[in-house]
Amino acid sequence: MNERSEFISKRRGGGWALSGLAWIVGILFVLPVVWMLLTSFHSEEDAAKNPPDLGAPLTLDGYRSFFDTGPWPSIANSLTASILSTALVILLAFPAAYALSIRPVRKWTDVLFFFLSTKMLPVVAGLLPIYLFAQSVGFLDNIWLLIILYTSMNLPIAVWMLRSFLSEVPVEILEAASVDGANLTRTLRSVVAPVVTPGIASAALICFIFSWNELLFARVLTGTVAQTAPVFLTGFVTSQGLFLAKVCAASIVVSLPVLIAGFAAQDKLVQGLSLGAVK
Amino acid sequence: MSVDTETRPGRHAAQPPPDGTMMRKAGDWARRGPLLPALIFMIIVTQLPFVVTIVVSFMDWNAYYPDERGFAGVDNFRRVLTDANTRHAIWVTILLTAGVVLISLVLGLLIAMLLDRKFRGRGAVRTMMITPFLVVPVAAALLWKHALYNPTYGLFNGVLKWLFGDNAPQPDWISNQPLWSIIFALVWQWTPFMMLILLAGLQSRPLDVIEAAGIDGANQWEIFRYMTLPHLRQYLELSALLGSIYVVQNFDAVFTITSGGLGTANLPYTIYQTFYTAHDYGRASAAGVIVVIGTILIATFALRSVSTLFREEVGR
Repeated sequence: MNERSEFISKRRGGGWALSGLAWIVGILFVLPVVWMLLTSFHSEEDAAKNPPDLGAPLTLDGYRSFFDTGPWPSIANSLTASILSTALVILLAFPAAYALSIRPVRKWTDVLFFFLSTKMLPVVAGLLPIYLFAQSVGFLDNIWLLIILYTSMNLPIAVWMLRSFLSEVPVEILEAASVDGANLTRTLRSVVAPVVTPGIASAALICFIFSWNELLFARVLTGTVAQTAPVFLTGFVTSQGLFLAKVCAASIVVSLPVLIAGFAAQDKLVQGLSLGAVK
Repeated sequence: MSVDTETRPGRHAAQPPPDGTMMRKAGDWARRGPLLPALIFMIIVTQLPFVVTIVVSFMDWNAYYPDERGFAGVDNFRRVLTDANTRHAIWVTILLTAGVVLISLVLGLLIAMLLDRKFRGRGAVRTMMITPFLVVPVAAALLWKHALYNPTYGLFNGVLKWLFGDNAPQPDWISNQPLWSIIFALVWQWTPFMMLILLAGLQSRPLDVIEAAGIDGANQWEIFRYMTLPHLRQYLELSALLGSIYVVQNFDAVFTITSGGLGTANLPYTIYQTFYTAHDYGRASAAGVIVVIGTILIATFALRSVSTLFREEVGR
């Protein structure tokens, strides 16, 4: 017993050095974002100083000049595309996941891997036909085109995740309840919902983030009307040398929804990233 | 990881009802019903365009010369494969993907092991660690390009001036090492991804077995080598596979940091340019088909390893 607790304390205690190292690594990784945040509150003149002036007075000028460039329509487009495509993904993925777990079709593993394999088809290989099709039916620069494409981009991820959650539902209880109709609602609420709700939440979080971040489709297929926030950001790629504070403010504003969603649901993030394999 | 496939009583493949084929067929379709919308949607939106890409790849089709549209045979493929730019792009894609995935996998593993201990502020460190992953990729690329790498007012050269005074070297990071500049920016974003999955893997280790091994006199290295690493194998494979899927297609960082210049154009960027700027549809399609063939070759290996790994889980 003595030996055992000694071993545990060695593992758990770990030493100051390792804890300090963990802190240093964490700070190094977050530092660029902190730097971006700080610069966004500096005046353009202070932001361009070398070496940097950490104590420079704070100002909202960077944000003001960013919002003067008129980013709201593109942010609204991003919200529309991300939220609607996420809803559509869940709507399509949930029944599919059901047919791959609770009452599985024949060869359901093949279907599951078909979904995953579509993620490996490079986006760029399908881009041209989609562009030509959209052009011929007058669908270019239309937010619905992005909604459909983002749905197809995220559907495989959601199917995988929801399937992994649904396969934890005890089928026997479900079958017993479906014989006795009165019990079905209660079973759904007390047995199925607790398992499925977190699954839907993690799937939705990941789908939202990936849609919000997407650039290639949006860049090629939208113009002035339906352009999304990342496309708007690409306007800052060149010759923004003297507008560092504005660029940083823009990056912060556009990243904010993802940062908030991600921080609020850190555990869901892991489940989502691993396609539901890690709970 | 609880991705169980194959047998589990009560939820196995369709059981044919005893009476007649009609009934069984009806039952099969009832099972398939909920699956069909998603399946049909995916086939129409992802497979159909690719079929068109294959057709166009055998055509002479440049939007600037609409009159010259016609059948080209394997001309596009010959041009793409003999083109020095495309060959270079293939090489860049391999370097970029392998570099980013390997470095962030190793860093992610080391950091996950640091975080797999109880210490003050562990939650805070974890939150700091995942922040890079939550920055929109274009914004992250802008941040690295303008706020960090920039030779005159970027943070890196600012730190050099802090440390070494006014005579400090002020390198132009992106021009000197364009590909590494992109790789580091991406490693910064992808290490948290790897770390999160590997940390979850570490925390699912059966601790009692590891403690028993410790009592039996196994040292830390032996525990890591013979117990932790084999347990982590599937998590390493999963994160490497998912990371590769995303990084191989990377467009945002290349587009933002170098605009494909300085020899950093990868395949997605090259195809984007052939199609979007040069309007050579035939050639862009041929390059797309080649990318897909390459991806299928790699993915077949990857999927096979993942699918055996999921099947090993049966009965757990």
